[in-house]
Amino acid sequence: MPARFRLTEGGRIDRSKPLSFTFNGKRYQGFQGDTLASALLANGVHLVGRSFKYHRPRGIMSAGAEEANALIQVGEGARTDPNLRATQIELVDGLVATSQNCWPSVEFDVSIVNNLASRLIPSGFYYKTFMWPASLWMTYEKVIRNAAGLGKAPEGPDPDKYDKTFAHCDVLVVGGGPAGLAAALSAGRSGARVILSEQDAQLGGGLLSEPDQQIEGQPALEWLEAAHGELESLENVRVLTRTQTYGYFDHNFIGLMENLTDHLPQSAKPNNLPRHRLWKLRAKQVVIASGAIERPLVFSDNDRPGIMLASACRTYVNRYGVKPGGKAVVFTNNDGAYAAALDMHRAGIHIAAIVDLRAYAEGPLTEQARDAGLRILDGHAITATAGDKRVKAVQVTRLSDDGESAKAVGEHIECDLVAVSGGWNPTVHLHSQSRGKIVFDETYACFVPGDSAQASTTAGACNGSFGLGACLSEGHDAGLTAAKAAGVKSRKKGSAPQAENRDFLPARWLWLVPGDKPLGHGGKHFVDVQNDVTAADLHLALREGYRSIEHVKRYTTTGMGTDQGKTSNVNAIAIVSQYFGCPIPEVGVTTFRPPYTPVTFGVFAGRDTGDLLDPARKTPMHALHEQAGAAFEDVGQWKRPWYFPHEGEDMHAAVKREVKACRESLGVMDASTLGKIDIQGKDAAEFLNRVYTNAWLKLKVGACRYGLMLGENGMVMDDGVTSRLGENHFLMTTTSGNAAPVLAHLEEFLQTEWPELEVYLTSVTEQFATVSIAGPNARKLLNELTDDIDLGAEAFPFMTWRNGTVAGIPARVFRISFTGDLSYEINVPASYGAALWQAVMTTGEKYAITPYGTEAMHVLRAEKGFIIVGQDTDGSVTPFDLGMDWIVSKTKDFIGRRSLYRADMDKPDRKQLVGLLTDQPETVLPEGAQLVEKIESGPTMAMVGHVTSSYHSPNCERSIAMALIKGGRARMGQKLYAPQADGKVITCSVSDVVFYDKEGERTRG
Amino acid sequence: MLEINCPYCGPRFETEFSYGGEAHIERPKDSENLTDEEWGNYVFMNSNTKGVFLERWVHTSGCRRWFNVARDTVTYEVLAVYETGSKPPKLDLRKDV
Repeated sequence: MPARFRLTEGGRIDRSKPLSFTFNGKRYQGFQGDTLASALLANGVHLVGRSFKYHRPRGIMSAGAEEANALIQVGEGARTDPNLRATQIELVDGLVATSQNCWPSVEFDVSIVNNLASRLIPSGFYYKTFMWPASLWMTYEKVIRNAAGLGKAPEGPDPDKYDKTFAHCDVLVVGGGPAGLAAALSAGRSGARVILSEQDAQLGGGLLSEPDQQIEGQPALEWLEAAHGELESLENVRVLTRTQTYGYFDHNFIGLMENLTDHLPQSAKPNNLPRHRLWKLRAKQVVIASGAIERPLVFSDNDRPGIMLASACRTYVNRYGVKPGGKAVVFTNNDGAYAAALDMHRAGIHIAAIVDLRAYAEGPLTEQARDAGLRILDGHAITATAGDKRVKAVQVTRLSDDGESAKAVGEHIECDLVAVSGGWNPTVHLHSQSRGKIVFDETYACFVPGDSAQASTTAGACNGSFGLGACLSEGHDAGLTAAKAAGVKSRKKGSAPQAENRDFLPARWLWLVPGDKPLGHGGKHFVDVQNDVTAADLHLALREGYRSIEHVKRYTTTGMGTDQGKTSNVNAIAIVSQYFGCPIPEVGVTTFRPPYTPVTFGVFAGRDTGDLLDPARKTPMHALHEQAGAAFEDVGQWKRPWYFPHEGEDMHAAVKREVKACRESLGVMDASTLGKIDIQGKDAAEFLNRVYTNAWLKLKVGACRYGLMLGENGMVMDDGVTSRLGENHFLMTTTSGNAAPVLAHLEEFLQTEWPELEVYLTSVTEQFATVSIAGPNARKLLNELTDDIDLGAEAFPFMTWRNGTVAGIPARVFRISFTGDLSYEINVPASYGAALWQAVMTTGEKYAITPYGTEAMHVLRAEKGFIIVGQDTDGSVTPFDLGMDWIVSKTKDFIGRRSLYRADMDKPDRKQLVGLLTDQPETVLPEGAQLVEKIESGPTMAMVGHVTSSYHSPNCERSIAMALIKGGRARMGQKLYAPQADGKVITCSVSDVVFYDKEGERTRG
Repeated sequence: MLEINCPYCGPRFETEFSYGGEAHIERPKDSENLTDEEWGNYVFMNSNTKGVFLERWVHTSGCRRWFNVARDTVTYEVLAVYETGSKPPKLDLRKDV
């Protein structure tokens, strides 16, 4: 059975394809080609939501992207979207839609008391009331957000796929209305690579709602079909429908969101298609043909369900075959709205009256209405409306000549629909986003695009040209000009399609329609229905001293939210200008910000979710570590074994076992993640001499040296061991997480400061696998694996490296140590990494070889007082602060050197690295704990530093910690206190930072 | 998003590049003889020009080479791209900025 308000014929819907959907749990029927809004209206449903602040009943007010009331939650569970505009949701079989912002239901809403108490909720109410005491703001915010919620977040991870794509084109045409079509045709015919984007499912724009128009002497819809066909046939033109151009960024970079499957039922969505696709488009030229949006009138209680834009009524009748009401009053200030009255009249809607603010109603459409016998009340205004969940009557009163006031007594006209028109606003959003200028047009009383700031033009209604003929000719010219400017040599020009040029004038601009009561005393003149901002709110803000329109916007919230003021901006600006008695241009416009309409989060994430969010780097031995049951931790993008728990072991027990093994027999770790930079060239040594704090010129081939790298500000940036492989060849190592920044730092100085140096840098981190063996039995093990390297303490001393063969694999062996024990790092080509690891593990069985992870490594190095850059330093620490004066050369320049001798560096209260020993040996200080000299009763205690590293040390059989403490080295033995969040206090004393084997005998052994 | 014409690779998206701040600041060779303030100016102080600004960029995700860009900080227009170590090209600065 067709719905009650569906016309029996006409419209671009397919009556042979009924679709079933639910709204707030109730089942309805619509047709293929409907939007949710048109299907609801066909079923007589106007009440779709409650307003943001006052929870007033609200209905569908428009038929397009400008919808500010009918914000709908679509879908359920994980597959749900809030804040969708019912007017843009294509109806699909099985659609589940619900109202937002109402509790417990849209028919009965508890928060409607906000409306009764609205005198108590003026503009800026939330700022004024809830800012004090600040500690309660969190509580207030929850309640406010609950009361004013705009939809719900999905309940689970998004099950849909999203894609991103890059594209380039000569000409982007935004908008598939008559101007955009003409532009795409002329640019396309000239051979330019064109993309035409249209937010609607169909091309045509306004033509779809005005089927009586003629183009080139034929019905507009026939011309449209031919134009669409030609565009599809041109290989150099791509037509993107269901694609909103949401943002215009720098250098003609445009963001578009293409909707590929939302209009299909879940079962019919092709598996290969993403739900939405993000187009990152660079266009040589842009033609903005984004049309115009009808402006509401600001009159008393103008927000009731059933009060709609006149053009929207036309769209519902003509495009969707829907009667938005049975008995309509048209309220207008211009001739254009009479077209809506005539179309509704023809569709069988009773036109109770046309209320016209103009003293004398005239114009071509007005005359047609007169001829049709429609009742016209010119010089009149609607001064009040009645009806709770649907408008049921209006009061129509004669206006004073100046339009400032209305007679007290008027006529009561019953109706269920009010079609409103206050003129038109060009959709200048994209032009404004591109930083193009906006100027006020006195003739049409609207803002139109001024000079472009980028390679773009505007055409048609977006440009303030409202007649169809002007739209077509401007579009045609803009397309040709853009193609030419993009460097396309035109093959043929053609001429613009011809059509009648009729705009909506004459009009009378009356920005604030007087009500039957003084402003703010009963009756609400809504300016922004989405944010519940009234004319009285604007006046209050101005009385309170706000002057800048940007401040008025923020204080009253007018023009904010998901609709970004599409219907409210100009009315608000005009009301402000009237209040000050200044011309509208002097008030200025607020900034239009992207997105034009909301964009799904999913499309920005695209495929970059889960495992694809960030690359995971794994060493050649990774699979072996997994088999061994390692727990992993992330170090930069690397997955590193953290510890290797045996059955039944927790982390503490595993680390303790691993640490003991390294000191007592033999440990092995995968050190492949260390950053490795190959440095070659005749000036390589000189280069190192400039980037490290210590001297490098005399390092012998075969030797290794520890180096500290500073930023130009004198602060420690990285450290590591670099080895001289040949006269002009070095291998630098960096910390695992810092390899890329260090390479960039070196490249920068080489290219920009010292281009005269002949040095070549190559990242070889992933070319080598590194197995580090440590412990008293390290030499014995290596001896079994190599027969061409003399491992004698004198032949292969500490801080040298040797070439040779290990387990039959060509290797470089470095005798260096980060554990403080006898240690070798064996580098082999990456593809041999797993083989070497297996050989070491098998041969090491007799020494109870123990693989250890990063945690054990941290404990081992902390026992020795070795720093980790980025843990024990934080970008404000110099070598002197670390007590590493020995590594700073006094005889040469290096990056950061001069900064070390600034007066600030001598301050006695600089934080210095020291050790901390807790009074209770078993207590481990939390890393990051703040330290004080004295415990005070209040919460403001003077802090003297903080803990940077802290562990239980199995070899010291107690806790150890490193800390940065003000003037720390002068405090040896001093008691410090670490107050904890639970009120407890840990007492400790300052110590030397080396806790184990202070003489370093084990390393050199 | 800016489009930057790398002198070695051609026009690429801004996301491929990293910014290097003001160009043509030479590292002092005789830092020994500079006052703390003079050295501090070199390390920390850059000009914050409104209008045409000469700045350094590096094509991080491309050829990894540094080069200089003349860019209008008001309109973001890239007016010229030139190699590190070379002098800035003569620009038509009559533009109203």
